[in-house]
Amino acid sequence: MNKMDSAVPGEQNVSYRQIGKPRTRIDSPGKVFGKTPYAGDYVMPNMLHAKVLRSKLPSARMTRLDVSKARDLPGVACVLTYKDLKIGTVATDIPAQTGFRRRDTDQQILVDEIVRYQGEPIALVAAESVEIAEHALSLIEVELEPVPGVYDVFEAQKPDAPKVFGDDNIVASYKVRKGDVEAGFAAAETIVENTFRTQYIEHAFLEPEVGLGWEDEQGVINIRTSTQAVETFRYIADAIGIPHSKVRIRGALVGGGFGGKCDVTVELYIALLTLKTGRPVRLGYTREDSFYGHGKRHPFIISHKTGFAKDGRITASKIDITSESGPYAFMSPYVLMYATEAGPGPYLVDNVHIDSRSVATNNMYTSAFRGFGATQACIAYEQQMDEAAKVLGMDPIELRRINLLKTGDAIATGFEVQSAVWTEECMDRAWAALGEKPKDEGAIRYGHGIAAYQQGYGRMIWLHDTAEGWVGVEMDGTVVVRSGMTDIGAGQTSSLAQIAGELLGVDMMDITVYNSDSSTTPLAGTSSATRGLYMSGNAVRNAATAVRNRLAARAAQHFGVADSDIDFADSRVFVASDREKSLPFKELIATCASEGIHRSELAIFRAPFGDWIDPETGQGQVHPDYTYGAHAVQVAVDTETGEVTILKSVGAHDVGQCVNIAAVEGQIEGGVAQGHGYALSEELIYKDGCLVTPSLSEYLCPTSMDSPRIECIILESRSGLGPFGAKGIGEPGHTPAASAVANAVADAIGARVHDFPLTPEKIARAVSATRDNG
Amino acid sequence: MTNVKTRQLSVNGVKRTVDAPANETLLETLRRIGAVEVKCGCEKGDCGACAVLLDGEAVDSCLTLTGTVGERAITTVKGLGGAENPHPLQTAFADLGAAQCGYCTPGMIIATQSLLTNDTDTPDEADIRLALSGNLCRCTGYTKIYDAVLDGARAMREAEAAK
Repeated sequence: MNKMDSAVPGEQNVSYRQIGKPRTRIDSPGKVFGKTPYAGDYVMPNMLHAKVLRSKLPSARMTRLDVSKARDLPGVACVLTYKDLKIGTVATDIPAQTGFRRRDTDQQILVDEIVRYQGEPIALVAAESVEIAEHALSLIEVELEPVPGVYDVFEAQKPDAPKVFGDDNIVASYKVRKGDVEAGFAAAETIVENTFRTQYIEHAFLEPEVGLGWEDEQGVINIRTSTQAVETFRYIADAIGIPHSKVRIRGALVGGGFGGKCDVTVELYIALLTLKTGRPVRLGYTREDSFYGHGKRHPFIISHKTGFAKDGRITASKIDITSESGPYAFMSPYVLMYATEAGPGPYLVDNVHIDSRSVATNNMYTSAFRGFGATQACIAYEQQMDEAAKVLGMDPIELRRINLLKTGDAIATGFEVQSAVWTEECMDRAWAALGEKPKDEGAIRYGHGIAAYQQGYGRMIWLHDTAEGWVGVEMDGTVVVRSGMTDIGAGQTSSLAQIAGELLGVDMMDITVYNSDSSTTPLAGTSSATRGLYMSGNAVRNAATAVRNRLAARAAQHFGVADSDIDFADSRVFVASDREKSLPFKELIATCASEGIHRSELAIFRAPFGDWIDPETGQGQVHPDYTYGAHAVQVAVDTETGEVTILKSVGAHDVGQCVNIAAVEGQIEGGVAQGHGYALSEELIYKDGCLVTPSLSEYLCPTSMDSPRIECIILESRSGLGPFGAKGIGEPGHTPAASAVANAVADAIGARVHDFPLTPEKIARAVSATRDNG
Repeated sequence: MTNVKTRQLSVNGVKRTVDAPANETLLETLRRIGAVEVKCGCEKGDCGACAVLLDGEAVDSCLTLTGTVGERAITTVKGLGGAENPHPLQTAFADLGAAQCGYCTPGMIIATQSLLTNDTDTPDEADIRLALSGNLCRCTGYTKIYDAVLDGARAMREAEAAK
């Protein structure tokens, strides 16, 4: 059951016909009937099948590479190595959206001499069948001489460590200096210090990476692929040495992304092979390829030293943050920025001192994953709050209540949040939803845990983010939306239909959304960073509003009333003050068409633009705005086996304004399940850089057996920067879930496991340590 | 390709003649002949995205060799219904938001149909959680899938009672 709140002064009377309703999404019928084509479902005549040869070692020098036998195998059309590449590198920055590109962050496309991680691509094969391509891989002769690598972030920072990135293995570093942290500690009654560690994790989208490329009649390399970002066409064009206008990325509905389909993977290899062979090329990753072939979530080590006054107020917060980037930059600098900004959490702290760095190793490279560093920050600050409450002898809820940020308060970077900050209400309601904690029974102990959070939505403002959207009305009164935004399963396209439909009075099911095509839909940026609805929703709202205004002016002329007295609903146009006066929408459209009144609009939405935060103090604005909320969990822990069962899991979030409440709940519920797995079972284990868990039977995502029904409590402050006052919820639903699980486990067993994931072994060990100490 | 044999398959009630190598899985065969609604997620039986019904019982098609299917009727999610004749489970999955990215959805609906027709038509949540434990979903957290299974089961019972 879900509860709605929309009591905001001045906004009580806003009511919508489609916005906020639990509508069936426009993409749902195709999916349940098995009619939706995913990127891997496309084939073409004369198509080749591709495979990637990967390094088995994580740190090595390639002393020999001979592909002649593979090239000679009948049925092999093409084998590519570094020697065949015109340009050997590809950018790893945020997908070519804003023109901004960091220096020295390119990655080699294929190994030319040095292997820096296990799975790094060495050669590409295209052949008449998958079997022949696989056979060809086995005929490639590679000799790799192991060279000493570094697999630990602290070892990597020592002066004599092997160099993986630059001359010091530091990919990025930041600091925040706010107030006087030493004075804050001097004023503290109690100081609490803890270090928390998080692990490598995998997106495990159900659809592995896949794509199909072909060259068209204009010499354009077309790639139909499963991606969160069609803007990668620019990096692909740069990497293969042809103009940007000669690469076209066409998306499909994506079988899950979670940040893992933002970077360039298969599409570059497909482009190279298509260009070389002149034939269509399909490359579909196996699940194992997917484990080796895309960036993972960053492991973090975060130390908190927090001073508290007698009443529980935080007097100072000193935080040290280390993330592991693996050998290439990818999103690591930005992810670290999110973690740094979010360091002290959703709390008002006047004295803050943060040092952070991202360190290169020869473990797998890391990149975007839902929450983008703010999740790892939350795992640290929320466990720290519970540990502090324990030391202070205070209730964890009350300790948070005393310190929570309010609207207008300055966060760690000094930025004063202007939207609603309803963390306290979210916390109270999530906590109350847990009800009474059951009494312990024998070895089974019960625990309750809470976690509050702050998560930015939209891009960091120095990236100058924009999105375009197009809305047009057809002659029969149906509506078309065009947006380059990808749809990764969260209902992105459906939300755009709902927004255009609300404004034009046409049911969303009568709206067609063309999306995710870099050459025919207006570019809108990635579906990531909780920016899809915020950016593209606003762009489409701007476009639909412009069309509506022109149509309303013509209707007003017809009825002899003011433009503002015109209303659109149910595919009719009405005089709002006299609803007997109305016309079918399509009659108005026919009139407009005959008179040459423009029935479509291309609009742009610009997020707030700004400069980098001050490099010495870390002060300034990072995000346009923030989403706030809290998550509460009830667990049962078997203290003999260390096994955890999640009994209740409740997310309470202020989403600003729901566009489709079922989709909002879906984002929260799915994010929460990923949080459950993050806390308890998921871990990519690398042993000296080699992955020992490359399958879904070794890498343990939550199944239905692990997943209780998740409850959502949705509040609507209508104070966000998105359309109709929406805030973003794609990442925020996930952000606090793992922390809440950890706090519930600690509450149950009376001890803290500081290192994620909280496996049965670690929990049983912690329980036995408390017995030994007790 | 060795040991290619010509076989007759019944796919969603349509007889198909296929030439399948002895080592070809049913997943590979089905996708090759155009039944791409059967999804490939792991090819190891870990994820359930490729589930189909064989004579009404759900199997992972990636773990089933085409040569072992024989005369058993193969049903994919397309065989359960479509826009003109939606199956109650399809309606429930769509209307209750149980399909997000949708990649697990064909397998989920097939596993649910198997539960409701072979085991119990009045499942409780524990039955559902057990029955779907071989089908991974990474988007929904399963909550709306549980809702859809309960709602679809109710609709199926009502349709049965109305006969």
